[in-house]
Amino acid sequence: MSNSTGGSVVGVDVGGTFTDLFHFNETNGTFSTAKVPSNRGDEAVGFLEGLTSFGPLTELASIVHGTTVGTNALLERKGAKVGLITTEGFRDVQEMRRRDRRATWGLSGDFIPVVPRDLRLEVAERTMADGTIRTEVDAEAVKAVCFELLSMGAEALAIVFMNAYANPANEQAALEAARSVWPNDHIVGSASILPEIREFERTSTTVLNAYLQPVVGNYVGKLEAALAEERFDGKFHIVQSNGGVMSTEMARTLPARTALSGPAAGVIAAAAIAREAGFPNVVTGDLGGTSFDASLVVDGKSMLAPQTTIDFGLVIRTPMIEIVTIGAGGGSIARVDAGGMIEVGPESAGSRPGPVCYGQGNDRPTLTDANVVLGRINAENPIGGKLDRLDVEAAKAAIAEHVAEPLGLGVMEAAEAIVRIADSKMGGAIRLMSIERGHDPAKFAAVPFGGGGALHAGALIKDVGLKAALVPRYPGVTSALGCVIADIRHDQVQTLNANLDGLDIEVLDARMMEEANHARAIVESARLAVERIDILFELDMHYLGQTHTLAVPLPIELKDGTTGVTVELIRKAFEKAYEASFSRLLPNIGVRIVNLRTAAVGIRPRFDLSALAAPKDTTVEGALLGHRDVWFQGEWHKTAIYARLDLPEGAVISGPAILEQPDATVVVDPDLSARVDNFGNIIMERA
Amino acid sequence: MSDAEAAALDPVTLAVLKGRLEQIVDEMDATLYRSAFNPTIAEAKDACHGLYDPVTGDTLVQGANGLPIFVGAMAFAVRAVIAKVKEDGDVADGDIFLFNDPYDGGTHLNDFRLVRPLFRNGEVFCWMASVGHWLDIGGNVAGGYNPKATESFQEGVRIPPVKLYEKGVLRKDIISILEANSRVPTSNWGDMNGQLNALELGVRRMVALLDEYGDQTIATAFTAFSDRSEALMRAAISALPDGSYSFSDVLDNDGIVDETLAVTLKATVEGDRMTLDFTGSSPACKGPINISRSTTVAACYVALKHLFTDVPANAGCLRPIDFVIPEGSILGAEAPKPVAGYTETILRLIGVIFGAIAQADPDRALGGPFGTINALSISGHDHGRRFVMFSFFGGGLGGSPKSDGLNHANNPISTATIPPVEILEAAYPVMFTRWGLRPDSAGPGCHRGGVGAVYEIETLRPSDVALLGERGKAPPFGVAGGGPAAMNRFYWQTDEGEESPPMVSKITDLHLPAGRRVRLESPGGGGWGDPLTRPVERVKRDVELGFVSVASAERDYGVILDKEGEIDIAATESRRKEHAK
Repeated sequence: MSNSTGGSVVGVDVGGTFTDLFHFNETNGTFSTAKVPSNRGDEAVGFLEGLTSFGPLTELASIVHGTTVGTNALLERKGAKVGLITTEGFRDVQEMRRRDRRATWGLSGDFIPVVPRDLRLEVAERTMADGTIRTEVDAEAVKAVCFELLSMGAEALAIVFMNAYANPANEQAALEAARSVWPNDHIVGSASILPEIREFERTSTTVLNAYLQPVVGNYVGKLEAALAEERFDGKFHIVQSNGGVMSTEMARTLPARTALSGPAAGVIAAAAIAREAGFPNVVTGDLGGTSFDASLVVDGKSMLAPQTTIDFGLVIRTPMIEIVTIGAGGGSIARVDAGGMIEVGPESAGSRPGPVCYGQGNDRPTLTDANVVLGRINAENPIGGKLDRLDVEAAKAAIAEHVAEPLGLGVMEAAEAIVRIADSKMGGAIRLMSIERGHDPAKFAAVPFGGGGALHAGALIKDVGLKAALVPRYPGVTSALGCVIADIRHDQVQTLNANLDGLDIEVLDARMMEEANHARAIVESARLAVERIDILFELDMHYLGQTHTLAVPLPIELKDGTTGVTVELIRKAFEKAYEASFSRLLPNIGVRIVNLRTAAVGIRPRFDLSALAAPKDTTVEGALLGHRDVWFQGEWHKTAIYARLDLPEGAVISGPAILEQPDATVVVDPDLSARVDNFGNIIMERA
Repeated sequence: MSDAEAAALDPVTLAVLKGRLEQIVDEMDATLYRSAFNPTIAEAKDACHGLYDPVTGDTLVQGANGLPIFVGAMAFAVRAVIAKVKEDGDVADGDIFLFNDPYDGGTHLNDFRLVRPLFRNGEVFCWMASVGHWLDIGGNVAGGYNPKATESFQEGVRIPPVKLYEKGVLRKDIISILEANSRVPTSNWGDMNGQLNALELGVRRMVALLDEYGDQTIATAFTAFSDRSEALMRAAISALPDGSYSFSDVLDNDGIVDETLAVTLKATVEGDRMTLDFTGSSPACKGPINISRSTTVAACYVALKHLFTDVPANAGCLRPIDFVIPEGSILGAEAPKPVAGYTETILRLIGVIFGAIAQADPDRALGGPFGTINALSISGHDHGRRFVMFSFFGGGLGGSPKSDGLNHANNPISTATIPPVEILEAAYPVMFTRWGLRPDSAGPGCHRGGVGAVYEIETLRPSDVALLGERGKAPPFGVAGGGPAAMNRFYWQTDEGEESPPMVSKITDLHLPAGRRVRLESPGGGGWGDPLTRPVERVKRDVELGFVSVASAERDYGVILDKEGEIDIAATESRRKEHAK
């Protein structure tokens, strides 16, 4: 039984160190998880090893994969050799960027573009801003530069013409000419990738897609071949940066959309878990070795950002789950600067050599070292299972030397200071996402995932004034779970550049229907079971004269082949959004529509999260592992230590307490209490 | 909390408050960028916000993104308002002051400052200020960069500190004055509203923070931040060897008289103090490239922040610095000397500080950045409506001990991004025919400078063109043995061919019919280190990429390439040996 509904779904999240898998049997509502080492460069090995641990692959109906292979190729500059063809006079757009620099202060550092200048060639052609064509493109000239690029070893081709967003005719003609001579399918045109105004962002996005096509294509191909060998005949999908899944065909065409695949899946799962538990508004937090990634979920929906910068000058413009990253992770180094201020991060010892307590050669104290010294982390049984024990004394000595002594503090006070400053930095990221967007933090819960976040979740309640913190039952496999429950999604954009006054509403309506039908067709072609397909429209709008735009969601339902859109409806939606953002409207100024954004979302059948519930037949006493001294608020507290997974549903634990499980540690501060809810989550609130 | 308790603020609270306060200012910046009308603020981020001392006006807190030159200059603006309040004896909760006076804490007329007191218990607790570059405020040239101005009256309207809001009530008479004095009043009005949004938000956030921590705690933290900056700056200066380091550079001309103008510095390091002595700089000039004393101090601050990046931006870091700025020089100009082109002078000034420090500490040596703002305006009428396209252009940064200079970067005084061609073409009747990197523009070096750019624009309607640029006579300098970059060039098409401005990079009253092109070629950055030590493979690669010509490879780097572009090893070795003599 492979392809019938009610088979098994597996989410696979391949991270840098481990591959996490979440297997869900839809027939009987049971699940299991697996964790295997990742094999960098040959991810298929760990991927298959994990999958087969659940039984023969013929039993699986579908596999959904969160991957960092695209991101890694970008960061390590290991993409394809790309040739770029541009409008005459514009081959340097990618390298000239938006004339920025790396940092506000300090002028050193250079920029190496992914397509070097000698692989960027020009052809005569020109489209004007209003879409009229001033110079037609010559197909023979395009073929000639294609041959030149091929002779220099180009493996993939990108074509970006000026103003192609306004009229793609020249670019399409060039694509056609190129296809007739290019030896493979790795050809990307800017207007089909991103028909949006701003040539640098469009060029960068197009070029990065071309750069990743062979990489992601090969990767997906390898996985598919390996799956076929195991006679898997279900469906295989990839999670995108927007938190939705897409077919492998789409992933091959638009590989840049996988840039935040893994983190996006985590946010999706955290949002779903929290919504089910009665917390529709949450801030998710993933504490890694070097950074803390926060993301906002409002009314069960994750916020999307229009673009992201992977590294200086590497911009990908496509809707992505908005993630705010700050340099405070477990490996972040604590120090006292020449002005006497404690700093934690952004410098980091990462996971190698890692914190002092790992004993791998670093001697400068990190956030993890502070957590160990305070007794919050179990030094005798560290999570992750790689190390036998942690060196508390070495951590203590490092904190004494680098923080306590320069400030005249005791070593315990210094360790607590490091944790509090890190908490405050994480709080800053959460404040940035919530308060700065006009949301009241008292209505939000923190949802930590990954291994370390639950150490700090309680503090965030107090620091930012959050309502509660919710620790999912399996924080370490949240991204894998997200793969299983993510919806299918496809995003499109089209620049319109039209004034609201005098807008031809029928033309817009037709355009919106066209976009909707196209997006819907892509979601349908993913061939996954969906309950329904929602179409979402957003306009990027501004007052005439402004350059930044505001995302304006349109309250629209498709009926009888029309959107029913009106000028009044658009105006009201704009004013509502503008007022919410800036508080003052500018009544006498005209309003302009810059872009139309269309998303089709295929809503997947609901995943019953009560499958994750805690046992009902255990006891709190039975889960008690013992006691140890933990330092809170300036003194040692005798603190109960529990096996988190053995706590029964409905258990209530008063702080101080530490809840341990193989992949995470939950710290319950003295003034907080924790309970186990119906879905196996730990809910921490003020006592 | 008692004063005694507050005085001993623990290090944790201090670190937490530092983050919280900086976040408030960052949020003010972001609010203005997102709601501003003119691209100079919205895209180029020509704006800044901060918190200032209630009595001295000293900078207390700055965000991460404020325009660097404003970061240095804002304290002077707040001081101007404090003086005004003292004179009138009149400030109330809900007042907001507005002004652009360049001689009284301003920079140039386009930069409008809004300054608002934050009241607690009936007294000013601190000042909050916002500055943004408005698109047009009258004057002879649209956009304000009038290279022929000899008095500030030709540059636009000058507003001393006046109340825009009085006890929370908008003074419409002030708005009327502003409206009547701009070619694009709507744009200015939109930007002003953006700045008001930012101030309002700042006040809201500050009040919440004060309520949470207590006024005394925050006040104590302000003092601690300044002390810390001072300590860090002293530590940085102490690391430099004692001694005097001199460096001089020139400006092309003032746009009126075609004579070079000197910016001369002697930097003296003594222990943990440094004196920046500008004696020997040229007297104030007729044209618009003078700067006031306060702008000079602000520019020094920018240069030092680029060299000592770890020192936080507040008043404390200037305490160990003494300034000698000759009165009546181009660096200490007074009203009504024209100042619209102030950017050019401060860029030269920042350069001479880099040049002097490069001698003191080779590890901090930075090749001269491209060193001109190239303020270009193209204006006219399109279908009966007035248009003003105004933008600043980029160039290369200098090489450093770490790397080659950055190609096509912004100036050290700003973090401005350039508007995309497609945005400009959609908004104005122009067509760019070239937007590319400029060959042989980078200063040669072991680490060469960044590459400058070529921008070529065709007018689609009859247009008036004005340019205020520099670096047409003296190129960006190299350091530690590196060579100079290419100079700035500007051309326009005529029936006969091409012409260049008599004042090299400054021109106004240039009327072009539709269909004519102008071309701006910007300098690269100066090189770092002896070019003969640059690995030959890297020189060859630069030739392949078209950044360095075959001729320059031979002349500047001693690298000889054959017809196939391969290195002639023997010829190269002997040429390099010969050069080295």
